[in-house]
Amino acid sequence: MSSSPANSAASTFLVIGERTNITGSPKFAKALKAGEWDACVAIARQQVESGANVIDINVDEALIDGEATMVKFLNLIAAEPEICRVPVMLDSSKWTVLEKGLQCLQGKGIVNSISLKDGEAEFLRRAKLIMRYGAAAVVMAFDEQGQAATRDEKVRICTRAYNLLTQKIGFPPEDIIFDPNILTVATGIEEHNNYAVDFFEATRLIKQTLPHAKVSGGVSNVSFSFRGNNPVREAMHTAFLYHAIREGMDMAIVNAGMLGVYQEIAPDLLEKVEDVLLNRRPDSTERLVTFADELKAKEAAEKAAGAGGPAVAAQPSAADAWRKLSVEERLSHALVKGIDQFVEADTEEARANTAKYPRPLNIIEGPLMDGMRIVGDLFGAGKMFLPQVVKSARVMKKSVAYLTPFMEEEKRLHIAGGGTAKPNGRIVMATVKGDVHDIGKNIVGVVLACNNYEVTDLGVMVPAEKILATAKEKQADVIGLSGLITPSLDEMVSVAREMTRQGFTVPLLIGGATTSPAHTAVKIAPEYAPGVIHVLDASRVVNVVSALLSADQKSKFLAETVEKQERQRTEFADRRNKRPLLPLAEARARRQTFDWSTVDIPRPEFLGTRVFATDAGHGSEVMGHGSDSATHHPSPIAHHPSAIPHPLTLDAIVEFIDWGPFFSAWELHGRYPDILTDAVVGTEATKLFADAQKLLARIVAEKRYTAKAVIAFWLANAVGDSIELYADEARSRVIGHFHHLRQQQEKPAGQFNHCLADYIAPRDSGRIDYVGGFAVTAGHGVEALAAEFKAANDDYNAIMAQALGDRLAEALAELMHKKVRDFSGYGKTENLAMKDIIREKYRGIRPAPGYPACPDHTEKPALFALLDATTATGITLTESNAMSPASSVSGLYFSHPESKYFAVGKLGKDQVADYAARKGMTVADAEKWLGPYLDY
Amino acid sequence: MTQPAHQPPGPADAQDAFRRLFASKIVVLDGAMGSMIQTYKLGEADFRGERFKSHPHDLQGNNDLLSITRPDVIEQIHADYFAAGADLVETNTFSSTSIGMADYQCEPFVRDINLAAVACARRAALAAEAATPGRRRFVAGAIGPLNRTLSMSPDVNRPDYRAVTWDQVVGAYTEQIEALLDGGVDALLVETIFDTLNSKAALFAIEQVFDQRGDAARVPVMISVTITDASGRTLSGQTIGAFYASIAHAQPFSVGINCALGGAAMRPYVEELSRLAGCYTTCYPNAGLPNAFGGYDESPADMAQVLGEFAANGWLNMVGGCCGSTPPHIAAIAQAVKGRAPRMLPQAARALRLSGLEPLAVA
Repeated sequence: MSSSPANSAASTFLVIGERTNITGSPKFAKALKAGEWDACVAIARQQVESGANVIDINVDEALIDGEATMVKFLNLIAAEPEICRVPVMLDSSKWTVLEKGLQCLQGKGIVNSISLKDGEAEFLRRAKLIMRYGAAAVVMAFDEQGQAATRDEKVRICTRAYNLLTQKIGFPPEDIIFDPNILTVATGIEEHNNYAVDFFEATRLIKQTLPHAKVSGGVSNVSFSFRGNNPVREAMHTAFLYHAIREGMDMAIVNAGMLGVYQEIAPDLLEKVEDVLLNRRPDSTERLVTFADELKAKEAAEKAAGAGGPAVAAQPSAADAWRKLSVEERLSHALVKGIDQFVEADTEEARANTAKYPRPLNIIEGPLMDGMRIVGDLFGAGKMFLPQVVKSARVMKKSVAYLTPFMEEEKRLHIAGGGTAKPNGRIVMATVKGDVHDIGKNIVGVVLACNNYEVTDLGVMVPAEKILATAKEKQADVIGLSGLITPSLDEMVSVAREMTRQGFTVPLLIGGATTSPAHTAVKIAPEYAPGVIHVLDASRVVNVVSALLSADQKSKFLAETVEKQERQRTEFADRRNKRPLLPLAEARARRQTFDWSTVDIPRPEFLGTRVFATDAGHGSEVMGHGSDSATHHPSPIAHHPSAIPHPLTLDAIVEFIDWGPFFSAWELHGRYPDILTDAVVGTEATKLFADAQKLLARIVAEKRYTAKAVIAFWLANAVGDSIELYADEARSRVIGHFHHLRQQQEKPAGQFNHCLADYIAPRDSGRIDYVGGFAVTAGHGVEALAAEFKAANDDYNAIMAQALGDRLAEALAELMHKKVRDFSGYGKTENLAMKDIIREKYRGIRPAPGYPACPDHTEKPALFALLDATTATGITLTESNAMSPASSVSGLYFSHPESKYFAVGKLGKDQVADYAARKGMTVADAEKWLGPYLDY
Repeated sequence: MTQPAHQPPGPADAQDAFRRLFASKIVVLDGAMGSMIQTYKLGEADFRGERFKSHPHDLQGNNDLLSITRPDVIEQIHADYFAAGADLVETNTFSSTSIGMADYQCEPFVRDINLAAVACARRAALAAEAATPGRRRFVAGAIGPLNRTLSMSPDVNRPDYRAVTWDQVVGAYTEQIEALLDGGVDALLVETIFDTLNSKAALFAIEQVFDQRGDAARVPVMISVTITDASGRTLSGQTIGAFYASIAHAQPFSVGINCALGGAAMRPYVEELSRLAGCYTTCYPNAGLPNAFGGYDESPADMAQVLGEFAANGWLNMVGGCCGSTPPHIAAIAQAVKGRAPRMLPQAARALRLSGLEPLAVA
């Protein structure tokens, strides 16, 4: 169980360990007084190991020399790296102890505390010293008159302290941590009843009105009335933090061992605890006291009764204790935990109980949907992560698949009975024409299906007519469009326009990696009045769809969306007006220039193309028909499509995998490998990674995917912003061009307006240069494998198969890049570890058409022709110039030592016209392809 | 009391010029002092001079003392670095604190050593300015580490023991800082930091002196940490992020990395620091790692290539050399960064940035 409080805001919430506080930990007090320093250090270590982000150290005790003890303890833990990796909170009521402590901290710690108790002058003197020592400060809501108990007093004193600190001595506001006093409630004294509410409200006001200041507090205080009754105290702390964090509390001093999960507090206990904390009724104290006594008595009785007592659901003794629960609870547990081992047996047990479930559908609508609702809620609150949800879906599907024959039988018997599960709503979704990417869309489909929406997924490359015809036929309540590559954005605009023309009224959802709220607001929404909603990721989709299909919420939700989009359009217009682009000539004048007489231009070992492939008997596929593109061949050397491909192995490719994006594909965010030990998503990431390794091992062992690659080197020079390719060193014949775009945004002095052509020696430099090209795929076999999994109702592994295909394609591109550097010479001495290769620490770049440095997808046909890529690799281009299979990568190689990736960004009309002329296309055509990049 | 060696231009004007310099270019710092002194093959008599003829302790190796006894040598080294293209030189005061001078029983001369060192550097700066009219040259007061540390015990059996107290460290640094300011330095450079707590004491002392003398006495405070090995941490165990969080309260003019490693090995830390720091960033590495003979092998071209690349990446505002670097190194480095745009200061979001050995930010 996680020790962080049960709130999705908890990821940024700091737990300050209190066990090294002499007033909060009898064990620490005893060890300290006895001079058992090893035991004291062990307590500190245990705090950090159990997840404390900061440790609070307090040695205030009448019989102890506070200064000497603080110094000795801090010096001792300074020698323990696993303890002193976290910051220290120095906690004392004596300033001299705090100051001695500050002189021992090499890191930036927190002083707890200072206040206006001793007057403004002393307060500011101490604050100034804290600044000079380099620490943050806890400021108590305490002044010359005493401790603030009410909301208004707390806010008044904190505001006064804030103004003094920031205005008189320039104390950084972000280093101020207010402690607005957590006072004990349920004391039997009426004035104390509102103390928790006062704290919550004061916290909200402080966070609203005192910019950058933080709020902290010691939580144990609140439950002092219930000393000796830990279950009640734990529930009070947990509920208190739940509410305080919602109001903006940033950190708390807590005993991490005495914190539970808000959702797991027994409802009757929670109700009474919240009655007290939120001061909801006059008799709340008596009721909680009575309840607490009963609870204690019950516990004692259970203890006395030994193992004969009733099973306590919340505390299973063994991992499989849940198997003893009721069948409904077992199904729910299996769904939440993603355990499919017993689901068919459990489903059968429920189905056999026809008294309770007369129809199989009742099981779906009852326990299964209940379980999935829990999953949906936990996912929405950030307490479950996508891989878990997909696993839950696998369990759900397995159960439904088990029930399906029974339902069909039922249907057959009651022909007119209308025995289908009435879905929450019908959604038709598709990846738009020209685009083949669908991992994200599949995830959205699974999540929606799990929530009892009837999903019709039309797959990839679906033309508008088909989407809209299906939507009519299925009477869809919502239409969803997905796309990954930039031309898809335009296609989505066309679909929206077509929906208007055909008189559709259902909401349109937009999702996918290149889509954005801004593009949706500016380009798509104006085309379709009934509502266009951008959905950031799968975790949002259920909330959005349920709002859209709810009679009560729909109009409000749409109104809010429209208002937000209007604001985004205004912002977009403002931004555009604010930052004019440089004229193209000016941008060109600000290009990066090199002394070409000294630039190292390595001569590659060969010119023309070279083909690679894994075996699996597909080697011969690269032979044969290549004749129609022969005229485009860059050099005679390249003209050997019938040559046997050079060997590749999946094993070698696997080594080059960059796992970082793999986790992003699953919407788990963090850096690999740190993500595996991340406090929030680490467990899930680790599981996901293990599953990936398993499937990957199978793919490699069974040669399920075939990888193919073609690379080439061509003689080249830059001419303006284009790269010219030559048949020979005399440059007697131009065999092709790569046209590039230049950054036009105004940059600070000394920075350049980049264009890829700048990295190639200009024709007039007198030197010949080389540019490389590549097209690789690991996609042959991906769809077949994914389809196998889908047929077995295993969407999890189907998505995994695609995600691994993508990773292998990227890894293959990396592997070929390494070969290219070796062929160019400089790679042979680069001496980089694999992790540095994956982090692209080598010389040179490989920008891909359609990505930020060369955003135009129409450069792909030229590249493919020069590489004869389709013959060599089996990759084809769609009408939007997406590559099929999807797990493919193509691009150019630059070897210039200073070449680096950049984003071209927005383009002015002058450049688009110039570019269209260079490419021999119409300006309108260029504008269509470069749509998202146009600044006009 | 010895008078400051230079009167005009006044400190306010020098500070303006100093700030303008950093705004306009990647600034070039000098290189090593110690390896240059070695080339003069000085003997005990050189170190003693007239003044310390009958000093009770051997003085050979007390390089800082040469500012008094062989000012010609020190001034010439500064002049060589200016001629190589340095905008800024460090005073020869790396160990000029009472704690550092205790090894030679030279504690009583700390103030004089610092004043003499500033004078040597200033004479060289003025001469260089005269030789290249219109180009300002600056002097930074070097504040080195101590051989006693506040966050580590020298006795493995007594981990809580410390060989020095906070007050002693603040006191020693205060004496040096006052002398450097009286001498008229344009900036203070707290450098080669391997124990953050010692550097925090130096920064505490600086702020205390500024506070006593009033705002007119303030000069830019530059900070440079030493990442000791491939672990990416200081000797006292902090990551670069934790280090920055620990010293940011001093509102430094610049923060950077020097010593211990060659430039190539510093790469990830320089990159990270350049991303983190809200102030200017600096890097002056060693000329590689020491070889078997205690010398350094990286050529001027080697160092220039690495620092030139860092500069091209937009990571740096000042470059220079540490152990093993020489005027030819500095000349090559200056050439490599010439015309390169200095790093732009990032707009860091306000956040509570705490640290132990590792950083912890709360937005």
